[in-house]
Amino acid sequence: MKSTEEILELLKGKFGSDIIGLVSAPPEKMIDITPASLYNVAVFLRNNEELDFDNLMLLSGLDDANGSTLSVVYHIESVKEKHKLVLRVTVPKDNPITESVVKVWECANWHEREAFDLIGIKFNNHPNLIRILMPYDWNAGHPLRKDYKNPEFYQGMKVPY
Amino acid sequence: MGLLDKEFSQENIVITSVDDLMNWARLSSLWQVGFGLACCAIEMMATSAAHYDFDRFGVIPRNSPRHSDVIIISGTVTLKMATRIKRIYEQMPDPKYVISMGSCSNCGGPYWEHGYHVLKGMDRVVPVDVYVPGCPPRPEALLEGLLKLQEKIRNESLVSKETV
Repeated sequence: MKSTEEILELLKGKFGSDIIGLVSAPPEKMIDITPASLYNVAVFLRNNEELDFDNLMLLSGLDDANGSTLSVVYHIESVKEKHKLVLRVTVPKDNPITESVVKVWECANWHEREAFDLIGIKFNNHPNLIRILMPYDWNAGHPLRKDYKNPEFYQGMKVPY
Repeated sequence: MGLLDKEFSQENIVITSVDDLMNWARLSSLWQVGFGLACCAIEMMATSAAHYDFDRFGVIPRNSPRHSDVIIISGTVTLKMATRIKRIYEQMPDPKYVISMGSCSNCGGPYWEHGYHVLKGMDRVVPVDVYVPGCPPRPEALLEGLLKLQEKIRNESLVSKETV
Protein backbone atom coordinates (compact mmCIF):
# COMPACT_ATOMS: atom_id res chain seq x y z
CA MET A 1 0.00 0.00 0.00
CA LYS A 2 1.44 3.36 -1.05
CA SER A 3 0.49 6.93 -0.26
CA THR A 4 -0.20 9.52 -2.94
CA GLU A 5 3.12 11.24 -2.13
CA GLU A 6 5.11 8.04 -2.65
CA ILE A 7 3.36 7.42 -5.97
CA LEU A 8 4.06 11.02 -6.98
CA GLU A 9 7.81 10.48 -6.39
CA LEU A 10 7.73 7.30 -8.46
CA LEU A 11 5.94 9.10 -11.30
CA LYS A 12 8.27 12.11 -11.16
CA GLY A 13 11.28 9.81 -11.40
CA LYS A 14 9.84 8.18 -14.49
CA PHE A 15 8.06 11.03 -16.33
CA GLY A 16 9.75 14.21 -15.06
CA SER A 17 8.13 17.44 -16.15
CA ASP A 18 4.96 15.74 -17.45
CA ILE A 19 3.91 15.38 -13.82
CA ILE A 20 2.73 18.86 -12.90
CA GLY A 21 2.30 18.30 -9.20
CA LEU A 22 0.15 17.49 -6.23
CA VAL A 23 -3.15 19.28 -5.71
CA SER A 24 -4.84 19.10 -2.33
CA ALA A 25 -8.61 18.83 -2.67
CA PRO A 26 -9.76 17.57 0.75
CA PRO A 27 -10.51 14.83 1.54
CA GLU A 28 -8.42 13.73 -1.41
CA LYS A 29 -5.15 14.56 -3.07
CA MET A 30 -4.87 14.72 -6.84
CA ILE A 31 -1.90 14.41 -9.13
CA ASP A 32 -1.99 16.81 -12.07
CA ILE A 33 -0.47 15.50 -15.27
CA THR A 34 -0.29 16.74 -18.86
CA PRO A 35 -2.78 15.34 -21.40
CA ALA A 36 0.05 14.22 -23.69
CA SER A 37 1.56 11.94 -21.03
CA LEU A 38 -1.76 10.50 -19.83
CA TYR A 39 -1.69 7.26 -21.79
CA ASN A 40 1.88 6.39 -20.83
CA VAL A 41 1.28 7.25 -17.18
CA ALA A 42 -1.82 5.06 -17.16
CA VAL A 43 0.06 2.12 -18.67
CA PHE A 44 2.84 2.58 -16.10
CA LEU A 45 0.40 2.74 -13.18
CA ARG A 46 -1.34 -0.43 -14.28
CA ASN A 47 1.73 -2.49 -15.17
CA ASN A 48 4.11 -1.49 -12.36
CA GLU A 49 4.19 -4.39 -9.93
CA GLU A 50 4.34 -2.24 -6.80
CA LEU A 51 1.42 -0.07 -7.92
CA ASP A 52 -0.79 -2.52 -9.84
CA PHE A 53 -3.69 -0.11 -10.49
CA ASP A 54 -6.02 -2.61 -12.12
CA ASN A 55 -9.34 -0.85 -11.61
CA LEU A 56 -10.61 2.45 -12.98
CA MET A 57 -13.38 3.29 -10.53
CA LEU A 58 -14.55 6.51 -12.07
CA LEU A 59 -13.74 8.94 -14.82
CA SER A 60 -15.46 12.31 -14.77
CA GLY A 61 -15.45 15.28 -17.08
CA LEU A 62 -15.51 18.70 -15.46
CA ASP A 63 -16.12 22.27 -16.54
CA ASP A 64 -13.72 24.22 -14.33
CA ALA A 65 -16.04 27.25 -14.49
CA ASN A 66 -13.12 29.61 -15.18
CA GLY A 67 -14.07 30.12 -18.81
CA SER A 68 -10.88 28.65 -20.23
CA THR A 69 -10.32 25.04 -19.17
CA LEU A 70 -12.01 21.66 -18.86
CA SER A 71 -10.72 18.75 -16.80
CA VAL A 72 -10.94 14.99 -16.65
CA VAL A 73 -10.54 13.31 -13.25
CA TYR A 74 -9.60 9.63 -12.95
CA HIS A 75 -10.19 7.68 -9.74
CA ILE A 76 -8.17 4.48 -9.88
CA GLU A 77 -7.50 1.78 -7.33
CA SER A 78 -5.55 -1.40 -6.89
CA VAL A 79 -7.66 -4.28 -5.68
CA LYS A 80 -4.62 -6.27 -4.55
CA GLU A 81 -2.50 -3.47 -3.03
CA LYS A 82 -5.57 -1.70 -1.59
CA HIS A 83 -4.47 1.81 -2.50
CA LYS A 84 -6.20 4.50 -4.47
CA LEU A 85 -5.11 7.44 -6.58
CA VAL A 86 -6.75 10.46 -8.20
CA LEU A 87 -5.34 11.77 -11.47
CA ARG A 88 -6.35 14.94 -13.25
CA VAL A 89 -5.66 16.30 -16.72
CA THR A 90 -6.64 19.80 -17.73
CA VAL A 91 -7.32 20.79 -21.33
CA PRO A 92 -8.09 24.17 -22.92
CA LYS A 93 -11.79 24.75 -23.57
CA ASP A 94 -11.34 25.83 -27.18
CA ASN A 95 -9.43 22.64 -28.08
CA PRO A 96 -10.36 20.00 -25.48
CA ILE A 97 -8.41 16.96 -26.68
CA THR A 98 -6.84 14.33 -24.44
CA GLU A 99 -5.84 10.68 -24.71
CA SER A 100 -8.22 7.75 -24.31
CA VAL A 101 -7.38 5.14 -21.66
CA VAL A 102 -9.76 2.51 -23.06
CA LYS A 103 -6.81 0.30 -24.00
CA VAL A 104 -5.59 0.44 -20.38
CA TRP A 105 -8.90 0.11 -18.55
CA GLU A 106 -11.66 -1.21 -20.80
CA CYS A 107 -14.42 0.22 -18.60
CA ALA A 108 -13.34 3.74 -19.56
CA ASN A 109 -15.20 3.30 -22.83
CA TRP A 110 -18.64 4.47 -21.69
CA HIS A 111 -17.22 6.92 -19.14
CA GLU A 112 -15.32 8.70 -21.87
CA ARG A 113 -18.36 8.74 -24.09
CA GLU A 114 -20.30 10.37 -21.26
CA ALA A 115 -17.60 13.00 -20.72
CA PHE A 116 -17.67 13.63 -24.46
CA ASP A 117 -21.46 13.82 -24.56
CA LEU A 118 -22.05 16.13 -21.61
CA ILE A 119 -18.85 18.20 -21.40
CA GLY A 120 -17.44 17.90 -24.91
CA ILE A 121 -13.98 16.51 -24.22
CA LYS A 122 -12.53 14.60 -27.15
CA PHE A 123 -10.52 11.46 -26.43
CA ASN A 124 -7.92 10.48 -29.00
CA ASN A 125 -7.91 6.81 -30.01
CA HIS A 126 -11.30 6.07 -28.47
CA PRO A 127 -12.86 3.15 -30.43
CA ASN A 128 -16.38 4.62 -30.61
CA LEU A 129 -16.61 8.23 -29.49
CA ILE A 130 -20.31 9.01 -30.01
CA ARG A 131 -22.97 10.42 -27.71
CA ILE A 132 -24.20 8.03 -25.04
CA LEU A 133 -27.02 9.84 -23.18
CA MET A 134 -28.28 12.64 -25.41
CA PRO A 135 -29.86 11.80 -28.79
CA TYR A 136 -27.36 11.10 -31.57
CA ASP A 137 -28.69 14.02 -33.60
CA TRP A 138 -28.42 16.51 -30.71
CA ASN A 139 -26.68 19.51 -32.24
CA ALA A 140 -27.10 22.11 -29.48
CA GLY A 141 -23.77 21.35 -27.79
CA HIS A 142 -22.74 19.73 -24.54
CA PRO A 143 -25.32 20.28 -21.77
CA LEU A 144 -23.12 20.33 -18.65
CA ARG A 145 -20.88 23.13 -19.87
CA LYS A 146 -21.43 26.31 -17.89
CA ASP A 147 -22.09 28.40 -21.01
CA TYR A 148 -24.58 25.90 -22.48
CA LYS A 149 -27.87 27.24 -23.81
CA ASN A 150 -30.78 24.87 -24.26
CA PRO A 151 -32.34 25.00 -27.76
CA GLU A 152 -35.90 26.17 -28.35
CA PHE A 153 -36.87 23.09 -30.31
CA TYR A 154 -35.71 19.52 -30.79
CA GLN A 155 -37.31 17.62 -33.70
CA GLY A 156 -40.29 19.99 -33.61
CA MET A 157 -40.85 19.54 -29.85
CA LYS A 158 -40.65 22.68 -27.75
CA VAL A 159 -37.91 22.22 -25.15
CA PRO A 160 -38.26 25.09 -22.61
CA TYR A 161 -41.07 24.96 -20.05
CA MET B 1 -73.70 -8.79 -15.49
CA GLY B 2 -73.24 -11.05 -12.53
CA LEU B 3 -75.69 -13.89 -12.33
CA LEU B 4 -78.33 -12.06 -14.35
CA ASP B 5 -78.32 -14.78 -17.00
CA LYS B 6 -79.54 -17.29 -14.43
CA GLU B 7 -82.59 -15.15 -13.65
CA PHE B 8 -84.44 -15.88 -16.86
CA SER B 9 -86.16 -19.15 -17.40
CA GLN B 10 -86.55 -18.59 -21.14
CA GLU B 11 -84.50 -16.97 -23.90
CA ASN B 12 -84.70 -13.24 -23.88
CA ILE B 13 -83.46 -10.03 -25.50
CA VAL B 14 -81.87 -6.91 -24.10
CA ILE B 15 -82.52 -3.59 -25.77
CA THR B 16 -79.74 -1.02 -25.75
CA SER B 17 -78.16 1.48 -28.09
CA VAL B 18 -75.11 0.66 -30.17
CA ASP B 19 -73.21 3.44 -28.44
CA ASP B 20 -73.91 2.06 -24.97
CA LEU B 21 -72.96 -1.46 -25.98
CA MET B 22 -69.73 -0.40 -27.72
CA ASN B 23 -68.74 1.91 -24.89
CA TRP B 24 -69.46 -0.74 -22.28
CA ALA B 25 -67.33 -3.24 -24.17
CA ARG B 26 -64.47 -0.78 -24.67
CA LEU B 27 -64.28 0.58 -21.16
CA SER B 28 -64.48 -2.85 -19.58
CA SER B 29 -61.36 -4.25 -21.19
CA LEU B 30 -58.76 -1.53 -21.51
CA TRP B 31 -55.54 -3.35 -22.30
CA GLN B 32 -52.53 -1.23 -21.56
CA VAL B 33 -49.07 -1.13 -23.11
CA GLY B 34 -46.57 -1.90 -20.40
CA PHE B 35 -44.62 1.32 -20.58
CA GLY B 36 -42.75 2.13 -17.38
CA LEU B 37 -40.21 4.93 -17.58
CA ALA B 38 -39.20 5.86 -14.05
CA CYS B 39 -40.33 5.64 -10.42
CA CYS B 40 -43.99 5.99 -11.46
CA ALA B 41 -43.59 2.61 -13.12
CA ILE B 42 -43.11 1.03 -9.69
CA GLU B 43 -46.48 2.41 -8.62
CA MET B 44 -48.00 1.28 -11.91
CA MET B 45 -46.67 -2.23 -11.29
CA ALA B 46 -48.02 -2.12 -7.75
CA THR B 47 -51.39 -1.14 -9.19
CA SER B 48 -51.29 -4.13 -11.51
CA ALA B 49 -50.31 -6.50 -8.73
CA ALA B 50 -52.55 -8.41 -6.35
CA HIS B 51 -53.19 -5.76 -3.72
CA TYR B 52 -54.67 -3.07 -5.98
CA ASP B 53 -55.61 -5.48 -8.77
CA PHE B 54 -55.90 -3.44 -11.97
CA ASP B 55 -57.31 -6.57 -13.57
CA ARG B 56 -60.68 -6.13 -11.86
CA PHE B 57 -61.27 -3.16 -14.23
CA GLY B 58 -60.16 -5.25 -17.18
CA VAL B 59 -56.72 -3.68 -17.43
CA ILE B 60 -54.14 -6.21 -18.56
CA PRO B 61 -50.56 -5.22 -19.39
CA ARG B 62 -49.62 -6.17 -22.94
CA ASN B 63 -46.17 -6.17 -24.46
CA SER B 64 -47.17 -4.95 -27.89
CA PRO B 65 -48.81 -1.62 -28.74
CA ARG B 66 -50.72 -3.45 -31.47
CA HIS B 67 -52.74 -5.34 -28.84
CA SER B 68 -53.44 -2.33 -26.69
CA ASP B 69 -56.13 0.26 -26.09
CA VAL B 70 -54.43 2.52 -23.59
CA ILE B 71 -50.87 3.61 -22.90
CA ILE B 72 -49.96 4.76 -19.40
CA ILE B 73 -46.98 7.10 -19.68
CA SER B 74 -45.55 6.46 -16.24
CA GLY B 75 -42.42 8.49 -15.65
CA THR B 76 -39.98 11.07 -16.92
CA VAL B 77 -40.17 11.50 -20.67
CA THR B 78 -36.81 12.51 -22.10
CA LEU B 79 -36.59 14.11 -25.50
CA LYS B 80 -34.91 10.96 -26.76
CA MET B 81 -37.77 8.80 -25.45
CA ALA B 82 -40.48 11.20 -26.69
CA THR B 83 -39.74 10.31 -30.30
CA ARG B 84 -40.09 6.61 -29.41
CA ILE B 85 -43.34 7.19 -27.53
CA LYS B 86 -44.82 8.92 -30.54
CA ARG B 87 -43.88 5.94 -32.64
CA ILE B 88 -45.40 3.47 -30.17
CA TYR B 89 -48.56 5.58 -29.96
CA GLU B 90 -48.88 5.56 -33.72
CA GLN B 91 -48.71 1.76 -33.74
CA MET B 92 -51.71 1.39 -31.43
CA PRO B 93 -55.03 0.62 -33.12
CA ASP B 94 -57.92 3.06 -32.74
CA PRO B 95 -59.68 3.79 -30.45
CA LYS B 96 -56.63 4.57 -28.33
CA TYR B 97 -56.23 6.46 -25.10
CA VAL B 98 -53.35 8.00 -23.18
CA ILE B 99 -53.06 8.31 -19.41
CA SER B 100 -50.28 10.67 -18.36
CA MET B 101 -49.14 9.46 -14.95
CA GLY B 102 -47.17 11.68 -12.57
CA SER B 103 -45.76 15.18 -12.58
CA CYS B 104 -42.89 14.48 -14.98
CA SER B 105 -45.16 13.25 -17.70
CA ASN B 106 -47.78 15.96 -17.00
CA CYS B 107 -45.50 18.99 -17.09
CA GLY B 108 -41.84 18.05 -16.61
CA GLY B 109 -42.13 17.74 -12.83
CA PRO B 110 -38.94 18.52 -10.89
CA TYR B 111 -37.07 18.88 -14.21
CA TRP B 112 -39.22 21.74 -15.46
CA GLU B 113 -36.45 24.35 -15.31
CA HIS B 114 -33.02 22.72 -15.50
CA GLY B 115 -33.90 19.45 -17.18
CA TYR B 116 -32.21 20.10 -20.49
CA HIS B 117 -33.16 16.63 -21.72
CA VAL B 118 -36.74 16.36 -20.39
CA LEU B 119 -39.90 16.95 -22.38
CA LYS B 120 -42.04 19.38 -20.37
CA GLY B 121 -45.31 17.55 -20.73
CA MET B 122 -46.35 14.49 -22.68
CA ASP B 123 -49.14 16.47 -24.34
CA ARG B 124 -46.55 18.18 -26.54
CA VAL B 125 -46.13 14.91 -28.42
CA VAL B 126 -49.34 12.85 -28.15
CA PRO B 127 -52.89 13.83 -27.10
CA VAL B 128 -53.53 13.01 -23.43
CA ASP B 129 -56.91 11.89 -22.10
CA VAL B 130 -56.33 11.78 -18.36
CA TYR B 131 -53.65 13.47 -16.26
CA VAL B 132 -52.88 11.77 -12.94
CA PRO B 133 -51.07 14.17 -10.58
CA GLY B 134 -48.56 13.04 -7.96
CA CYS B 135 -44.86 12.38 -7.61
CA PRO B 136 -45.32 9.51 -7.91
CA PRO B 137 -49.11 9.05 -7.63
CA ARG B 138 -50.37 6.44 -5.20
CA PRO B 139 -51.96 3.39 -6.82
CA GLU B 140 -55.34 4.73 -5.66
CA ALA B 141 -54.72 7.86 -7.75
CA LEU B 142 -53.96 5.79 -10.84
CA LEU B 143 -57.13 3.78 -10.25
CA GLU B 144 -59.06 7.05 -10.01
CA GLY B 145 -57.44 8.13 -13.29
CA LEU B 146 -58.57 4.92 -14.91
CA LEU B 147 -62.13 5.44 -13.63
CA LYS B 148 -62.05 8.94 -15.13
CA LEU B 149 -60.98 7.45 -18.44
CA GLN B 150 -63.81 4.93 -18.24
CA GLU B 151 -66.23 7.78 -17.56
CA LYS B 152 -64.89 9.55 -20.64
CA ILE B 153 -65.33 6.47 -22.80
CA ARG B 154 -68.84 5.90 -21.41
CA ASN B 155 -69.89 9.30 -22.81
CA GLU B 156 -68.38 8.79 -26.24
CA SER B 157 -70.50 8.31 -29.30
CA LEU B 158 -69.88 6.65 -32.63
CA VAL B 159 -71.74 9.53 -34.25
CA SER B 160 -69.50 12.33 -33.09
CA LYS B 161 -66.30 10.56 -32.19
CA GLU B 162 -63.76 12.59 -30.32
CA THR B 163 -60.81 10.26 -30.22
CA VAL B 164 -57.92 11.08 -32.46
